[in-house]
Amino acid sequence: MSWFPVLVVAGLVTFAIRLSFIALLGKVELPPIVTHALRFVPPAVLSAIVFPELLVREGALDLRPGNLRLVAGVVAALVAWRTRNVVLTIAVGMAALWTLQALVPA
Amino acid sequence: MSIASPRSAQGREFLAGCRDELPILLGVAPFGMIYGLLALGAGLPALTAQAMSSVVFAGSAQFIATQLIREGAPAVVLVVTVFVVNLRHALYSASVAPRLQHLGTGWKLVLAYLLTDEAYAVAASRYARDGDRPDVSPHRHWYFLGAGLTLWAAWQASTAAGVFLGAAVPQRWSLDFTLALTFIALVIPALKDVAAAAAAIAAGLLAVMVVGVPYKLGLVLAALVGILVGLLVDARRA
Repeated sequence: MSWFPVLVVAGLVTFAIRLSFIALLGKVELPPIVTHALRFVPPAVLSAIVFPELLVREGALDLRPGNLRLVAGVVAALVAWRTRNVVLTIAVGMAALWTLQALVPA
Repeated sequence: MSIASPRSAQGREFLAGCRDELPILLGVAPFGMIYGLLALGAGLPALTAQAMSSVVFAGSAQFIATQLIREGAPAVVLVVTVFVVNLRHALYSASVAPRLQHLGTGWKLVLAYLLTDEAYAVAASRYARDGDRPDVSPHRHWYFLGAGLTLWAAWQASTAAGVFLGAAVPQRWSLDFTLALTFIALVIPALKDVAAAAAAIAAGLLAVMVVGVPYKLGLVLAALVGILVGLLVDARRA
């Protein structure tokens, strides 16, 4: 299946959101509850993606130290917390994963 | 809309916008390259991967869309997820709208297209610097255009670099893990207070519990519950 038409729709949706208030001339305001809720969109959506990536292996919860992605992810989270640097977080996280993969036999 | 010579006031505004966007590109360029790599890894053809960067033109939404495509999610889930992830841009739209009110439709369409997190950050801090001074430049939309186009060009170029390199990277390098790492790097600074942390933990734990739910609907459900938990925690503390 070609994803291109789907991406065009996703692009139009994105454009409509960005244009919304600019087109409405700033005369209409978002209800305060919506403005407030938007603040929680990034943390909620991003964690909903990250948690399963780190904690679930082959469809099951895996909290063992042999789950190398979990260990590398925790290391990366510490780097992100201390430095708030995206590039450094990715670099240290990948270095951690490669080191663990080299040390721990598959 | 021609680009005036730098000697004109419009040209100076445009170049100032380009210049102020440059430092942000340090963070954006690797991000664009990783997106290009991952999009190929998810099975998208090179042209479609490149097209997404100009058609959708939204970093985190593109990463999430790539993830959904890799997992074979249905089209509706992809569109709804992109909508939810990009809803924050409505806030930016509301914030810049009064500054763009005097412009023609063409300008409004172009600047809305360019209204990414990074262009907004630069344009909004310019508006904040200017404050309510009566003598502000009447050409500030050129500054916005300069910042937005600089980011656009960098995003297209870094995507192309990633797509180009993608074919040469073997799978045992586990480069797909950069996706999770990118999200970790983005989510940690968003945890500004207890309510945001509660939203993140609730959404994350629920997403793990509903991981077997088909069509990735668990992701949308977990995110919505997380947002609700954030609102509730905030209301209790207020």
